[in-house]
Amino acid sequence: MIQMKKVYKKYSNGIMAANGFDVQINSGEFVYVVGPSGAGKTTFIKMMYREEKPTKGTILVDNVDIATLKPKKVPYLRRNIGVVFQDFKLLNRLTIYENIAFALEVIEEQPKVIKKRVMEVLDLVGLKHKARMMPDELSGGEQQRISIARSIVNQPKVVIADEPTGNLDPETSWEIMNLFEEINARGTTIVMATHNREIVNTIRHRVIAIENGVIVRDEQRGEYGYEG
Amino acid sequence: MVMKARTLSRHLRESLKNLARNGWMTFASVSAVTVTLLLVGVFTALMLNMNKAATDIEQDVEMNVYIELESGQEEIDSLEDQITSLSGVESVAYSSKEQELTSLIDSFGEDMALFEQNNPLRDKFVVKATDPRQTERLATEISDIENIADVEYGEGKIDQLFETLEISRNVGAVLIFGLLFTAMFLISNTIKITIVARRREIEIMKLVGASNWFVRIPFILEGIWLGIIGSILPIGIVTVLYYNVYEFMQPRLQNSFIQILEFTPFIYQINALILLMGVVIGIWGSFMSVRKFLRV
Repeated sequence: MIQMKKVYKKYSNGIMAANGFDVQINSGEFVYVVGPSGAGKTTFIKMMYREEKPTKGTILVDNVDIATLKPKKVPYLRRNIGVVFQDFKLLNRLTIYENIAFALEVIEEQPKVIKKRVMEVLDLVGLKHKARMMPDELSGGEQQRISIARSIVNQPKVVIADEPTGNLDPETSWEIMNLFEEINARGTTIVMATHNREIVNTIRHRVIAIENGVIVRDEQRGEYGYEG
Repeated sequence: MVMKARTLSRHLRESLKNLARNGWMTFASVSAVTVTLLLVGVFTALMLNMNKAATDIEQDVEMNVYIELESGQEEIDSLEDQITSLSGVESVAYSSKEQELTSLIDSFGEDMALFEQNNPLRDKFVVKATDPRQTERLATEISDIENIADVEYGEGKIDQLFETLEISRNVGAVLIFGLLFTAMFLISNTIKITIVARRREIEIMKLVGASNWFVRIPFILEGIWLGIIGSILPIGIVTVLYYNVYEFMQPRLQNSFIQILEFTPFIYQINALILLMGVVIGIWGSFMSVRKFLRV
């Protein structure tokens, strides 16, 4: 599904955020990416959807090298990858329904299909009854559910999440994790950067630990392994 | 880039919504476009009329070549041939002293009929140069011919006039370009401000896989709207202004060889030009400002 071969990333300020990543993530896997702040987690994740371009190396997503992907093709890559952020990234001027439909409108999907799919994912995240509300009328957990719904409405093969529970209280975080579990159970690959030790140690999955731009640990059913 | 009608209508709706949402910014952009187009419109109208006047004058630069009184018909014919054969001569028209007197009587009234007894005028040729700038050279050449009494043309003044016209044409062109450039800069800046506010939106669009064109089109449409709305007032003002100028000038210039441009085709042309310029600066302005935000 996703394969990194000798991937290096040096930022213009001289920081080496990726110092030879070599990793393979298979279809249907659930992977946590852990490590101290500034270790290279976000770079690792951003390179997967070409928000960042590696300085050197190959990144295969579905057998396409996205490191050398032409800028024109990037939108097509993104359509096969769902992205979820800590700060939800919802548009406050659009309703919940419109926020999710947005992801299908930009790829010029049929209106009938849009309606059907949006209702499906709203049902999945349990917020069908709030479709007409505005994002700021929802709690943080609900907003994150909407952002997850938007990320999967394209039916992507992989969902990439950068600290999805970072802004949420513990109880809500568990609910969000259950949602990711459910999405993963349907066959979607999930790559999640997180600082949440309790979650990593409870809902056991593969753990990739990154420190100073290097993968220091890669274990199936791993542990968080850091204090706090 | 094939766009579905549904997508286009979405973009249209989006662009109009954005105009309304960014009320003050829209107002600022439209004002910038309005002021510029008004100045450009008035300048262009002036320029084009000046150009017309210049052409009229150029067309009308002719010299009066007076023939010696005692010349007979044979000599006159021979003179005509000689002048016609000079290089750069466009036309040679003969006018006898009787014809001259008739036109004098026509212009100045019956008092002039007194001269019918003893016509003091001379037979003449009216000579036009193919290139009005060659008038001076031709005049010298013609005055050297035998049996030519005198050659008259606006010596010196013509050269000066051409120079003045040339300078004012260039100054006008520079001014118009300067104004257009300023307007583009203003529009692009204003749109940039509204885009900064919508950075997040562009970022999200790009994240869910919108193509650059999908992101760009609503902004470009917005630029077009700004241009169209901004050209309404200038079109109205230029029309009213030109109508009044035309109504005032036209009768006064009736007998002059200089004419003001006819109201009807001209007003359509200049208004179309104003609208076109509005649209072009709108598109250009939004294109420039959205460019740097697409690199997500």
